[in-house]
Amino acid sequence: MRLTWKEMKLHKHHYILMAPYVILFILFTVVPVVMSLGISFTYFNMLEAPRFIGFDNYTKLLLDDEIFIIAIRNTLILAVVTGPVSYLLAFVFAWLINELKPKLRAFMTLIFYAPSISGNAFLIWLLIFSGDLHGYANAFLKEFGFIDNPIIWLRDPDYMLIVIIIVQLWLSLGVSFLAFIAGLQSVDKTLYEAGAIDGIQNRWQELWFITIPSMKPQLLFGAVMQITTSLAIAEVSMQLVGFPSVNYEGHTIVTHLIDFGSIQFDLGYASAIATVLFLIMIGANLLVRKVLRRMGE
Amino acid sequence: MNIIQKWAFNRKIKKKKRINRSLAGDIFLFALLAIFGLFSAYPLIMTASNAFKPLDELFVFPPTLFPRNLTMENFRDLSELIGNSWIPFSRYFFNTIFITLTGTVGHVLIASMCAYPLAKYRFPGRNIIFALVVYSLMFAPQVTATPNYMIISWIGLIDTPWAIILPAIASSLGLYLMKQFMEQIPFELVESAKIDGASEYRIFFQIVMPLVKPAWLTLIILLFQRLWTTDGGTYIFSEELKPLSYALRQIAQGSIERQGTVAAVAFIMMIVPVTFFIISQSRIVETFSHSGMK
Repeated sequence: MRLTWKEMKLHKHHYILMAPYVILFILFTVVPVVMSLGISFTYFNMLEAPRFIGFDNYTKLLLDDEIFIIAIRNTLILAVVTGPVSYLLAFVFAWLINELKPKLRAFMTLIFYAPSISGNAFLIWLLIFSGDLHGYANAFLKEFGFIDNPIIWLRDPDYMLIVIIIVQLWLSLGVSFLAFIAGLQSVDKTLYEAGAIDGIQNRWQELWFITIPSMKPQLLFGAVMQITTSLAIAEVSMQLVGFPSVNYEGHTIVTHLIDFGSIQFDLGYASAIATVLFLIMIGANLLVRKVLRRMGE
Repeated sequence: MNIIQKWAFNRKIKKKKRINRSLAGDIFLFALLAIFGLFSAYPLIMTASNAFKPLDELFVFPPTLFPRNLTMENFRDLSELIGNSWIPFSRYFFNTIFITLTGTVGHVLIASMCAYPLAKYRFPGRNIIFALVVYSLMFAPQVTATPNYMIISWIGLIDTPWAIILPAIASSLGLYLMKQFMEQIPFELVESAKIDGASEYRIFFQIVMPLVKPAWLTLIILLFQRLWTTDGGTYIFSEELKPLSYALRQIAQGSIERQGTVAAVAFIMMIVPVTFFIISQSRIVETFSHSGMK
């Protein structure tokens, strides 16, 4: 104990340097998470003091809330499709781009990264998937004789999830894509020469035995970012298919959370939803970490 | 010799250097790259080109990839609409600049200050703090939206720009990247400065900070992009404190005659972060090469 104290005194300047960030971080991240957990066991509408009701929110959420089941289903469909696909795409594109000449490489990096930093540009998809014949997608399909009547992309339950998936994929290369590009550039080049001597035959083997093992840290970082994004899809769904969407076909866990948190003001219930989502995210992350550790071995 | 044969021939010469490539593989992979590149770029090009189209051209089929009659009409309409609004445009603009600048500068400074000890020293509490940061990367901000609102209102920050700035300063992704970057830097310089008797603060501001300049840019663009598009949401009610993107969004909401203005708004929102990224691209990639998780 005394030893720890001594050590802490030795580092007192470091604590001072860290203080501003740590205080803000605790205030705006750690405390809210803990509070959210606490509130999830209460009934709380922001007007009256919270009232403790034990696990009621959770039992209601998991056993009685049919819309939540739809939301979970949609979230899992979206996450299982967009998560791995955008992760793979980000990696494949980064890998291909890496072989280009520097100028072209910078250009292609911009092309693939731009959607995720372009603010509200994804609203152009409203025009593309507009439900009348002015919509680009409909006009295109009709022009080439695939359809006679326009498809109401954003209101027809059969198409809503597909549209969200397409737009989300378009948006989602983002941070992990940049991390991969950089990771590839930092792979030790002599490893490839050594590999060629050791009998590596083609680029696929090179990828599996040299490239992937060398950039595991970036792969892991990308996975964490991608899981978080793909499980928290909400903005795209709300903007494109409406909120609430027809038959809740575009409803996700986060839109359900927003519904109870900012419209119905049942904060206890909203916090229970948040906790369930948090647990799903941690679970998914642990699983992916396990899988990635085994890659390329 | 036709062009394909020529290309294949050149390929063969190169093959001597890089034995592990096949022509079929190359064609397949780069076709893939081109197709998805088009998929990625098309909506952005449409957004940009729509902003310069006259209204009647917005709805023709096939949609023209580039405007036939280039016009600045949409931007003129936009500035007129903004000019008629109750709050002067410059006010919205100033609000956004203030939020973006304060938030970004604060984040770079404060996150770096915290990242330096985390990256280079072992002391009690270090592992806990870093573990919390890594775990916080794993959940979406919406999860804590409600308690965040309560905390911000308790501190009395509701309806001030600080409600947006302070949480942004404590973003965990930036701290994480900065720490990974600092770990890679050789610290002999720091050691020698210490022997010469420089204080920790002096070392940090005069030696460490200049060394990590490329990493600043990464943090800047990540946060810049987020703050530039923030609309104040639930935290700011006073009209004269609202940021630019809120004002633009209000204008963009409306009937079909506004479609041209909507396109102009989308273009403005998009072009600023994208330009910023183009300028800083090479430096950013440098930071991410150090950004692995171990």
